[in-house]
Formats: sequence, C-alpha cells, structure tokens
Amino acid sequence: MLVAGYVAFGALAAANDIPFGLAVTSTAVLWALPAQIILVEMHSLAAPVFATLLAVMLSSARFLPMTLMLMPEMRAPGHRDWKYYVAAQLLSLSGWTMAVARFPDIPRGQRLGWFYGFTVVLMTVSAVSTALGYVGADHLPPLAKLALVFMVPMYYLLILSGSVRERVAALGLACGAVAGPLGYLLTPEWSVPLGGLAGGSIAYLLLRRR
Amino acid sequence: MDLWLLLGVCGIATYLWRGPGVLIAGKLDSKGEAFIWISCVAYAIIAGLVARMLILPTGVLSETTALERVLGSVVALAVYFRLSKRNLLAGVLASALAFSLIRMAT
Repeated sequence: MLVAGYVAFGALAAANDIPFGLAVTSTAVLWALPAQIILVEMHSLAAPVFATLLAVMLSSARFLPMTLMLMPEMRAPGHRDWKYYVAAQLLSLSGWTMAVARFPDIPRGQRLGWFYGFTVVLMTVSAVSTALGYVGADHLPPLAKLALVFMVPMYYLLILSGSVRERVAALGLACGAVAGPLGYLLTPEWSVPLGGLAGGSIAYLLLRRR
Repeated sequence: MDLWLLLGVCGIATYLWRGPGVLIAGKLDSKGEAFIWISCVAYAIIAGLVARMLILPTGVLSETTALERVLGSVVALAVYFRLSKRNLLAGVLASALAFSLIRMAT
C-alpha cells in the first residue's frame, strides 16, 4: 500500500527537480506523505515559507491525537522515557492503524519493541520506494515518468474516497475538494493552507449543525 | 529559503504534534472538539491539493489532457471499488496503465 504512494512521491519529487537526497530524507524527517507532497508542490509553486510551514503543520496535526491514544498503550515499566519520544517520530498512519489492531494480542511489555520493529521496516520500505520512484522517473521514458507522477493524485483519490464512510472524512473531503481549487484561483501560493482551513472549518460547522 | 533548511523546519513542525503527545498523553482527551475540527482541516487540505492536481494541474501534470486525467480516475475507482476488493496497489497501477495507454493512443 505504502509502496505505491512513496514511489509516486519519489517521481513527483524528481519531476519537480527536488534533490534526490532531500526527497529520500524527507520520508524519514517528515514521515507523513501529505506533508511531503505539500512541501514539494508548494516549493514548485514558489510559495512563501510561512504558507508552506502552515500547510505542513495543519496537515500533520492528526499526529497529536494519534500519539495521545497510542502512548498509554505502550507504557510499561523498564522502558526509558526517550524511547517514547523516538517512537513518536516513528509513528505514521499505517503504523498506528496496525498497532491499534495488534496491541490487544501483544503483552504490554513487548508492545514498544514490536512498534519499533514494525515502524522501522515501514520507514525503510518507504524510503527505498521513494528512491525507486525518483530514479525511475529520472531514467524511464517521459510517458512512464508522467504515469508515475499521475499516481500521486490517484493514490489519494482512492485512499480518500475509500474513507468517506466516516462523516468527518466525507465532509472534510467534499469541502476541501471544492475549497482547494477555488483557493488556487484566488491565491495560488496560499491556496493549500487557506483552502484547507476554510474547507475544513465549513465541514466542521456542517458536522455540528445536525 | 534553502530547501534543506525548510525540510528541517517542517520536520520540527511535524514533531511539535508528535513529541508533546508523549508528555501529555492521558491528560488530554484525544476525542475532543478541537481534534474533530483539525481532522476536518487535515482531510480538506489533502483533498484540496489532490483535487487541484486533477482539475488545475501544474508542473509536469499540466502536459496531460483533462480526458486522460478523467479516464485515469475512472479506471482507478472502478478497479479499486469494483474489480478488486479495495486493493489500493491494483487501483493505482491500473490507472497508471490506463493513463499510459490512452496517451499512447491519442
């Protein structure tokens, strides 16, 4: 699942002339595909630094509730505190989803170790996928490169339309899909954070009205 | 701004949500109203970006035609929801293949 997303991201980075090392490093440093796509897209739009930072921050705020929920499940005597701060960086949506599903079957004392093992593998596979997508886009014929970049919107089209059964997701997606392009027509450089804030807030109000 | 520096700052920005979560876990309700709002915003941001990439593409995707993007999306959705049991990889690869075939044919 992750492979397709990160291969596509690698191709997008190559197509936007992002240095190879930076594209791969971003997979470990940001470790959030939406934030990485935002960084590359907004850089190629020559967006102001503050607009990029705001968009990256808003898009990754979901890590706070995810961490809040998961950390107490991993707390066990004998683990040093810093290990939990490293675990927080290793957390991603797929790692979190898997941990929530598997933790009931794993003894409390072994959960942190399991989480490290699983998420480090995920991150490594994703970094390798980023590198492959990048190199592929750089060396394959133009048509294949274009097809790889096209996988970025396709990947999210499917992930997002797959999650519309939740009301929060459905409203957020619908309002965002309208606000994003509209915002782009008004102000290309600020469209990502402002469209997200406007669309998301309208979605929240709609959610609370009923 | 240097892109490496920007990546570093963005890395710190994302860690600001991760790190403090360790410290305040158990003291803050992860299902509060503020989190529902921020979740709506997070969905809206990525949906807005993807919609814009498909409707008003920039960069290399601006070389593609609207027909190619629409047909690619239709194939992705059809394979994902109808032909496979929500297999993301199958959906994405099929759409990339369909996109390439349409482009070669036209």
